[in-house]
Amino acid sequence: MTIIEIENLRKTFRSGDVDVHALRGVNLMVQKGEFLAVVGRSGSGKSTLFHILGGLTPPTSGTIKIDGQSLTSLDEAGRTRLRRNSVGFVFQKYNLLPTLTVRDNIDIARDIAGRSEPWDATFLEVLELLGIAQKLDRKPRQLSGGEQQRVAIARAIVNQPAILLADEPTGNLDTENSNMVLDLLRHLNKKTGQTVLMITHDPEAAAFADRTVQMRDGELHGA
Amino acid sequence: MVYKLVYENLKHRPVRTLLSSLAIGLGVTMMLALVGVGEGMLEDQANRARGVGADLVVRAPGSSVVGMGSLSMNQKILDYVRARPHVTLATPIGIHSTGGVSSIMGINYDEFAAMSGGFRFREGRQFAAPDDVIIDDLYAREKKLKVGSVLHTMNRDWRVSGIFGSGKLARVMIPLTVLQELASANGKITMIYVKLDNPANTQAVIDAMKQDLPEYPIYAMEELIKQFSVNNLPELKAFIGVVVSLAVLFGFLVVFLAMYTAVLERTREIGILKALGAGPGYVLGILLRETVLLAVIGSLCGIAMSYGTRWLIATFIPASMIQAIVYSWWPIASLITLAGAVLGVLYPALKAARQDALDSLSYD
Ligand SMILES: Nc1ncnc2c1ncn2[C@@H]1O[C@H](COP(=O)(O)OP(=O)(O)OP(=O)(O)O)[C@@H](O)[C@H]1O
Ligand SMILES: [Mg+2]
Repeated sequence: MTIIEIENLRKTFRSGDVDVHALRGVNLMVQKGEFLAVVGRSGSGKSTLFHILGGLTPPTSGTIKIDGQSLTSLDEAGRTRLRRNSVGFVFQKYNLLPTLTVRDNIDIARDIAGRSEPWDATFLEVLELLGIAQKLDRKPRQLSGGEQQRVAIARAIVNQPAILLADEPTGNLDTENSNMVLDLLRHLNKKTGQTVLMITHDPEAAAFADRTVQMRDGELHGA
Repeated sequence: MVYKLVYENLKHRPVRTLLSSLAIGLGVTMMLALVGVGEGMLEDQANRARGVGADLVVRAPGSSVVGMGSLSMNQKILDYVRARPHVTLATPIGIHSTGGVSSIMGINYDEFAAMSGGFRFREGRQFAAPDDVIIDDLYAREKKLKVGSVLHTMNRDWRVSGIFGSGKLARVMIPLTVLQELASANGKITMIYVKLDNPANTQAVIDAMKQDLPEYPIYAMEELIKQFSVNNLPELKAFIGVVVSLAVLFGFLVVFLAMYTAVLERTREIGILKALGAGPGYVLGILLRETVLLAVIGSLCGIAMSYGTRWLIATFIPASMIQAIVYSWWPIASLITLAGAVLGVLYPALKAARQDALDSLSYD
């Protein structure tokens, strides 16, 4: 079953007097339960694609569908709903709320989605898997970078999004922690069937995915 | 959940939280102190008026109800009043303003003492010489005077001959004849206090007197005392209005500044929340709750500090000012401050709500 359908997607930024064509006709199909790696040089448009997929910014033209829902015509409120219910984000910088504990960082994502029931058994297992089940009452600054990134992953999937978007999730981590996070992403993908899209610069990291596509000058190759 | 975030944010910057609360509280204290002083002084005036023990008072034509008055009434009226049926005692009072709200009062000692049930002297006794003055205990405390001390007023030195328990209309008293002499107002008085055989006759006596003295304001003491209210002091009412506006402005500025810097400081957090799917309303709600909490803490601080101002006033200027604790103004002052605070958070909150998630999540 296809969960992402992208056709001729374009994104043009206007910066001063010049138009920057970040995406120049991207085509991509992703199946439900896939783990896809997106590689490519700096400035090739990888993050821009993820931002559009995640509803952080609208596309300039083209069609894009997640789980059958078209994003092309979404307004700001629609994109907010998309972020809340359909996608989970993991960034290079862990982006946890520094004043809240691990538990509260995860719960605020649920609160935003309007959910208040206690965590289910599956999610508790995920926490065990991520190795943060014992650190729920710590603040982010009391955790290592790898641990913070694993909390960010837990937070991203707590609302069972259709897709998990990870933009260089290991960019700030050493090899050991990188491998751990990548291993976990793959494990999560296999165990729960979570669709994962991951941007990376590192061919070794890309090897953890089922499939790799290349972004070059705003176009995807090998899709 | 949002409350946890709000609470943690307040805890995260304790100095900011403390200073903002204190500043917000200052506005509340300003209002409570002013209203408290107004009420306290009116209440005190009413009590001291009651302490005279009169049933009615005859004032000079054209004098205001709550004002102090001056030596403008002809003393001859006294004979007329004394001759009225039911009048058992009538005693003249002279009031001379010594600047600001302070004044000196001239009395016929024996008559005044008889009407008011006698002076209770804490120290000393009544005047014996023409330059003797008696003062009440609060005045003595504030000015640090004892029996035998010298008090300078009306361009001369007086010797304190006695200190009496307060509650007898004035704080500083001299013989009426001495006052008239000094003020070059022989034969002039300010008002006449009248005691009747039976208080039940008060209205009848007033009605009868008004026939003969149409120009003269004549009040039953009970009526007069009811006039001691903020509503009859337009200046005080206006001043309270000014202070309320200042407090709103104060709350507005404090919260505007505190929340504006908070929003700038938290662009990243706001970006994270937006990336997680928080809409403008959610972000607005967080900042609004934080503001309300600050205003509540601030109001509590302000109420606590109003006890501080009361202590200061009671300790250092007990005779000049009295601050009452006006409970009914606690919610009023708090709501006024809250209104200012909510106005103050509007712009920062809208700025935060409109912030683009991507602006703050840029990866560098
Ligand atoms: N908000 C923006 N305004 C103007 N230009 C932008 C904006 N965001 C991205 N760009 C431009 O679009 C192009 C693609 O940027 P993007 O961030 O998608 O690259 P990337 O592949 O993620 O690079 P990196 O590997 O360095 O993260 C770049 O030329 C970038 O300068
Ligand atoms: Mg990028």
